[in-house]
Amino acid sequence: MIRDITIGQYYPAVSPIHKLDPRVKLAGTLIFLISLFLTESVVGYVLATIFLAGVIKLSKVPLKFILRGLKAIFVILAFSVAFNLFLTSGEVLVQFWIFKITKEGVRTALMMAIRLVYLIIGSSIMTLTTTPNDLTDGLEKALSPLKKIKVPVHEIAMMMSIALRFIPILMEETDKIMKAQMARGADFESGNIIKRAKSLVPILVPLFISAFRRADDLAMAMEARCYHGGDGRTKMKPLKYKKHDFAAYIVLFAYLGAIICIRIFIG
Amino acid sequence: MSIIKAEDLIFEYKKLDDAGEVESVHRAVDNVNLEVNKGEFIAILGHNGSGKSTLAKHINAILLPSEGSMWVCGKDTKEEDDTWFIRQNAGMVFQNPDNQIIGTVVEEDVGFGPENIGVPTEDIWTRVENALKSVGMIKYRHHSPNKLSGGQKQRVAIAGVVAMKPQCIILDEPTAMLDPNGRQEVIKTVLELNKKEGVTVILITHYMEEVISADRVFVMESGQVVMTGTPREIFARVDELKSYRMDVPQVTMLAHELKEAGVPISGTILSVEELVEEICQLKSKV
Repeated sequence: MIRDITIGQYYPAVSPIHKLDPRVKLAGTLIFLISLFLTESVVGYVLATIFLAGVIKLSKVPLKFILRGLKAIFVILAFSVAFNLFLTSGEVLVQFWIFKITKEGVRTALMMAIRLVYLIIGSSIMTLTTTPNDLTDGLEKALSPLKKIKVPVHEIAMMMSIALRFIPILMEETDKIMKAQMARGADFESGNIIKRAKSLVPILVPLFISAFRRADDLAMAMEARCYHGGDGRTKMKPLKYKKHDFAAYIVLFAYLGAIICIRIFIG
Repeated sequence: MSIIKAEDLIFEYKKLDDAGEVESVHRAVDNVNLEVNKGEFIAILGHNGSGKSTLAKHINAILLPSEGSMWVCGKDTKEEDDTWFIRQNAGMVFQNPDNQIIGTVVEEDVGFGPENIGVPTEDIWTRVENALKSVGMIKYRHHSPNKLSGGQKQRVAIAGVVAMKPQCIILDEPTAMLDPNGRQEVIKTVLELNKKEGVTVILITHYMEEVISADRVFVMESGQVVMTGTPREIFARVDELKSYRMDVPQVTMLAHELKEAGVPISGTILSVEELVEEICQLKSKV
C-alpha cells in the first residue's frame, strides 16, 4: 500500500522538466491546480489535457509510473463520483428503485473525476521530477518574502529536509523493533482492527524514544558544525533562474491566460 | 605551541528534582590539566563513564567548564564571541554515523559546514571536492548517505569536518558502532589526515589497537587523567591498566605473559611483527 503512493517519490531522469528551477515547478503546479478549478467547459478540459500530456511527455516519466499513484486515491475517487452521480437533482436520465441518475449528475461526476485525477497527476509530476532537497530549497526561496512578517522560512525548510533524510532511517528502525518484538512472541497480524492497533503501541513507544534521542544527537552534531540558523549562511547550490526557466514561465502564463479566456468567452 | 590546553577543568552534571532544585551533583570531569601540541595525534582512552566524551565536548565548546578553563587555538571557550571560531577550528566527529549526517546527498552533507560559516559558493565546491578526496570518498559524491556502509558514512562525516578547514579534529568514539573493516577504514583515514595534512587529531576510543599509532595517550578514569605517555610507555604498565578495567592489545598481552613466564623478551611489544622479530631473536640466542 505504502509503496503504491508515488506522490513524494523522485523519478531520476534527464529531461527539460527535471532541469527546471524548483520555483518554476512549484508555480506551475499551483497554476495548473487553479486552472482546473476555473475550467467548466469541454474546450477548457481539452486544453488542460493537452497541457498535462505535453508536460508528461517532456518529463520522460513513464505514464504507468504516474498512474500507479492514482491507486491510492481510488476509494476517494469512487466515493465522490458515486455521490455526485446519484445525489445531484435535475433532468432524470435513468431511474431504478430509489436511485436516479440525472444529466447534471453525470456531468458533475465526470468533472469531479477528471479534476481529482488531474490534480493528483499534476502534483505528482512535480515531486517525481524534483529531488526533495531542490523542493525544500525552492520553497525556502519562494517563501522568503514571508521572513519580513517573521515566518521562520529557513527553519521550516531545514526541518523538512531533515525529516526527509530521516524517513528511511526511521523505517528501518521500525522494522528492527517489529522484528525484535516478533522474536519475543508479539503478534501483529491476527485479531480485529482494535487489537492490531493496540499491538502497535509497543512499537511506537521505543520508536519515539529513539527518534528523540536521534534528534538530540543531530542537534549537537549540527551545532558542532557551526549551524546557527539561516543568518550569514551561504548556499552550496544557490537557485538561479536560467533562460529555460523564463521560457517555462511564459508558457505557464500563456496557458493560464488561455484558460481564463475560455472561461469568460465559452463558459 | 599548544593548540589545546585544559587548566584545572571541572565539569559537573547537576541532577534536578521535580521542583528544579539540585538533587545531586555528578562530577564528570575532575581537575583535568592537559596540553596538546600542534600536529600531534592524541588518543584518549577510558572506560565507559570515565568522562572522556565529556572532556571532548569541551574542546568543541558544546559544553562549558563548571570551573577552570579550556583554551582552544589560544581562545577561551567561555567567550561567547569566539564560539563559532572554536567550532570551526576544532571539528568534531561523533559516534553514531546516522545521527550526524544532515544532507540527503553525500556532497551536500560535506558542504553543510562551509555553508554555515559563510564560505562563498565556488569555494564551497573546491573545499567539498578536496575534503572528499582526502577521505577517499569522491566516488560517492552523488550517493545517498543511507546507502553507504558504516565506515563510509563515518568517512563522510570526517570529510564534513575537514571541509571547514579545522586545525584539529576531535573524534568521539568514531568506530564504536562499526565492524572491524569499517574501523580500519576510519582509523586509516584519520592517520592520513594527521600525517599528510598535519591536522591535530584527538581520538577518543576504548579500542586499544587504535591507540598504537598515536603520539601520546591519555588514560582517563572517573573524570581524571590517570596515565600519560607514549603508547609504548602506557602499554608497558599492563597491571596498572588492568586496574582501570582496560585491556592491552592481544600481542602486547601475549608478550607480557611470556615475560612473566620467564621468556626473556625485552621492551614492550606493540605489533605482531615486533613479537615475531623478538621471538626469532630468541631462537638465534639459543
